[in-house]
Amino acid sequence: MDNLDQIVNEAKAAFIATSDPDVLEQVKARYLGKTGQITELLKGLGKLPPEEKKTAGAAINLAKNAIEEALNDRREALRKAALNARLAEEALDVTLPGRAEARGGLHPVTRTLERIESLFASIGFEVADGPEIEEDFHNFTALNTPEDHPARSMHDTFYLQNPDGSLADKVLLRTHTSPIQARYMQAHVTKYGQLETMPEIRIIAPGRVYRVDSDATHSPMFHQVEGLWVGENVSFADLKGVIADFLKSFFETDDLTVRFRPSFFPFTEPSAEIDVAFMSGALKGRWLEIAGCGMVHPNVLKIAGIDPEKYTGFAFGFGPDRLTMLRYGVNDLRLFFEGDLRFLRQFA
Amino acid sequence: MKFSESWLRTLVDPKLSSEELSHLLTMAGLEVEELEPVAPVFTSVVVAQVLEVVKHPDADRLNVCQVDIGSGTPQQIVCGAPNVAAGLKVPCALPGAELPGDFKIKIAKVRGVESSGMLCSAKELGIAEDASGLLILPADAPVGQSIRQYLDLDDHQFELKLTPNRADCLSLLGIAREVGAITGAATCLPVVAEVPATIADTRAVVLDAPQACPLYCGRVIKGVDAKAPTPEWMKRRLERSGIRAISALVDITNYVMLELGQPLHAFDNTKLEGAVHARLATPEEKLLLLNEQTIAVDADVLMIADDVKPLAMAGIMGGEESGITLETGELFLESAFFAPKAIAGRARRYGFGSDASHRFERGVDFGGTRRAIERATQLILEICGGQAGPVVEAKAALPVRQPVRLRTARAEKVLGLPLGAERIAGLFKGLALSFEQQGDDFLVTPPSWRFDMEIEEDLIEEIARLYGYDNIPSPAPRGRLKMQVQREAQRPALRIRQMLADRGYQEVVNFAFVETEWEADFAGKTAETDLIRLANPIASQMAVMRSNLFGGLIANLVTNLKRKQTRVRLFEVGRTFHRDAAAVPVAGYRQPWRLGGLAFGGALPDGWASDGRKVDFFDVKGDIEALLAPAVLRFEKLAHPALHPGRAARILLDGVDIGCIGELHPEWVQKYELTAAPVLFELEFDALKAVVVPAYAEVSKFPAVIRDLAVVVDRDLALQAMFDGLKVTLPALVTDLQLFDVYAGKGVPENKKSLALRVVMQDTQRTLQDSEVDAAMQQLIACLEKTFGAQLRA
Repeated sequence: MDNLDQIVNEAKAAFIATSDPDVLEQVKARYLGKTGQITELLKGLGKLPPEEKKTAGAAINLAKNAIEEALNDRREALRKAALNARLAEEALDVTLPGRAEARGGLHPVTRTLERIESLFASIGFEVADGPEIEEDFHNFTALNTPEDHPARSMHDTFYLQNPDGSLADKVLLRTHTSPIQARYMQAHVTKYGQLETMPEIRIIAPGRVYRVDSDATHSPMFHQVEGLWVGENVSFADLKGVIADFLKSFFETDDLTVRFRPSFFPFTEPSAEIDVAFMSGALKGRWLEIAGCGMVHPNVLKIAGIDPEKYTGFAFGFGPDRLTMLRYGVNDLRLFFEGDLRFLRQFA
Repeated sequence: MKFSESWLRTLVDPKLSSEELSHLLTMAGLEVEELEPVAPVFTSVVVAQVLEVVKHPDADRLNVCQVDIGSGTPQQIVCGAPNVAAGLKVPCALPGAELPGDFKIKIAKVRGVESSGMLCSAKELGIAEDASGLLILPADAPVGQSIRQYLDLDDHQFELKLTPNRADCLSLLGIAREVGAITGAATCLPVVAEVPATIADTRAVVLDAPQACPLYCGRVIKGVDAKAPTPEWMKRRLERSGIRAISALVDITNYVMLELGQPLHAFDNTKLEGAVHARLATPEEKLLLLNEQTIAVDADVLMIADDVKPLAMAGIMGGEESGITLETGELFLESAFFAPKAIAGRARRYGFGSDASHRFERGVDFGGTRRAIERATQLILEICGGQAGPVVEAKAALPVRQPVRLRTARAEKVLGLPLGAERIAGLFKGLALSFEQQGDDFLVTPPSWRFDMEIEEDLIEEIARLYGYDNIPSPAPRGRLKMQVQREAQRPALRIRQMLADRGYQEVVNFAFVETEWEADFAGKTAETDLIRLANPIASQMAVMRSNLFGGLIANLVTNLKRKQTRVRLFEVGRTFHRDAAAVPVAGYRQPWRLGGLAFGGALPDGWASDGRKVDFFDVKGDIEALLAPAVLRFEKLAHPALHPGRAARILLDGVDIGCIGELHPEWVQKYELTAAPVLFELEFDALKAVVVPAYAEVSKFPAVIRDLAVVVDRDLALQAMFDGLKVTLPALVTDLQLFDVYAGKGVPENKKSLALRVVMQDTQRTLQDSEVDAAMQQLIACLEKTFGAQLRA
């Protein structure tokens, strides 16, 4: 049976020597094919005497198994080699940039308005909107600022022309978002006025406003966001609470001080300006004026059809441009309106 | 309102530093906008007298001076100033002095001559810009006195930003009163004695418009020297209050206005004829004002006139003709109360304002009219000499100060603060308000100088102000919890913006007023009846309200191309403005929100992965379709002034026009100097918000059959038209029809194109039979051939 061992060794050597899978199958045929050596030996078993047949048969089968095992090992080795070659071939430079579309972004002030809206939404404020070409009545008169009131000179108002060149005296570009509160209150009264007690009004009204003013810190168009809360028991203390909560939430820090300073707006009384000072950072310790606010003036409530004895409320107006500048460290208001992608992309 | 701190401190002198005083004023509602020392810090500068001036032996431009510094021993000082002369009094910095700019004075030799100090110019002391020579002091300046003391240089200049309701603080008197109220410091307000008449001359005063002018005091003063110099102290106080000294008479009227808050006017009495009238303007009345403007005054303007001519716009500005000059020897002095309503807005209407109109339109103390004329008379006689006649006072019904009721409970409700009647009484006393207490109610009678105390809230504000806004608590707000409805069929604006940002567009915010030319180019609006023009634009390129968003986006593109940005995707969400008589809520002006976009440059960002293809109509159309998906849009050819006529479409959603898309018209590409045409779009923003709440439709368990088909049709045939036609006759089992290739060129006849269609057929209930599928395809082909002249491609 030395012959068998020799065949097995020969076969193994032949397999190892082969690196082409097709050739391997041909080499296999030399041993296990129809006329292969092992096949021949198995055919020859029939000629042996019965007592030898058994042992010889077992020996041949052993050899056959060994050859098959060697063959499979080699097949697997070749398959792996081929796979590895393919993988190497297919390798990419994974450090090349991705093929994705460039991402755009929201305007920084939109970002701020969005944050303001969602913070106020979390305490039940709905968003309201109003026209930008506004009636003189809603911009001023309904806000307790009759014609010739000195407070009107605080607003350098843009007026419109009729097609014939005359002044369109009943309309203007709104100078603030406060007319939205006047409109909203009127609509609220129309809707709920017949009830014993009207539901509360809690709104936030962002938008663009216009004033005849243009320099490094003023733009003829800028943003405001108006807030209004009217109910049966809304007080100045509540106003302070809401504003302090908002500022700390907006700037995500307790590291700031808010102060309320008496001021004057025709449509609120008492009125206040809100200053904020950060305890750290570039603006540390400086009082920054960021909003005007106050208790809704009883005349404003009356004009809207709300009984000021029963209901009180507060209103406030923030400058989201200013808040955006403070939040992200922008130092020039005009950047917001120039459409420079190099600036805007920083907020994507 | 600017004023000098040392002036204020002569009236009220709280034990507070300048900064502390400033903070208190700000927190009481009189915002201090600026607080500045009138002079920078310096030491050891005294009043000195030059005794002798001798040329320096070794320098042409220098002099060796002997100077009396009040020490008894003359000092030798070398001086290079051109105006040095013996006898002059000048500031002298002594050895050891430190001057502004860290400049130390030592005993030193100047070109070999010892110099013990330095004679100073105003600039060297940091008090003025004049560096041309030494600061010459008046001859009576006391030698040896500290210059800081002599010129009152330790003073501060305050600038208040007063709100329109606090006209009472437009004077030193008013500020002093307020400081007294908030600090409790004693006030020492000026006592003004009546100046007795020494001549009998008078001029009659007639109140023709007693509501507008219910009180007028006038007085003749004769024999004045209008050229008399204004005293230094007065000049200094005026200048530190931001008013330039002009001449004694003008300075005195200004001084009294600052001190007491009452604007005065002095007429040249010799120019007046007959009685002085306070009356409304007559038709077509004209007046040449002191500012050299000639104004045609409206009928609602209050005038001061004599029997024959107008003299002044009352409370606003005097007339040139009747004004005083340096030659005036005889005055008619006016101190009057003009009602705020009679003055308000008039000056602004004519494009100017004055210190007087600023005060009168906000309210001047009608209890102080007489006092002011006496004060001014006293100063005029002191400074300019002369003799005063008696005051003629014409008086009608003055404003009545009605008592205002304050309820303690109401104040507590509005402020959210338990106060108690006792504390309120204390605060009112601090304000020196006259009141009557009725249980927990107060009846407060406002003083004549307050024009902002008419209703209960006015008093509540006073309480809050004096109590201190800072001392009011700020609890977390309380309210009823009610969920907000979030409509599923409506998506929030942010989501739409975010989707565009995710597709590569950057949001911009552009001005709503644009160049007139943009409206013509991009909206085809040239007629005045179409434009909405501003009456007072800030600049000609911001003259009309935009009716679409294209102009701003194109300007943004130009800006960014200049800054070497080659691939630009922009969008803006903003209102546009259209004349529309039926518009709501503002009649005449429709103001729809629009979403505008622009795409320019590579379809993909530049880089290894880009094949360099430029963005085109269909890229942007794809963006819009994605924005509105799953809603299906229709696009129709559109003629639009801004867009390429062959590459523009109207966008329809459920049959409603919601906007447009297209390439910028080649004319504008050229005119606006672009290198290629951007693709623009604009959509009605509200149309984007509506979305469909999903409703389940059965998913078929049976396999779909897919057949492809290629047909040749006329090149001009719009795909949409073909699909519309097919839809009418489409067999029910066809569930989808897609275009997967368009080809024109070799192999396809001229003026034809080949369309490759994919037909998807499916039934939810069963597997389709080949025969049904074949029949459906035949039906489809027949329709294509018959209706659209299509030929099946081999």
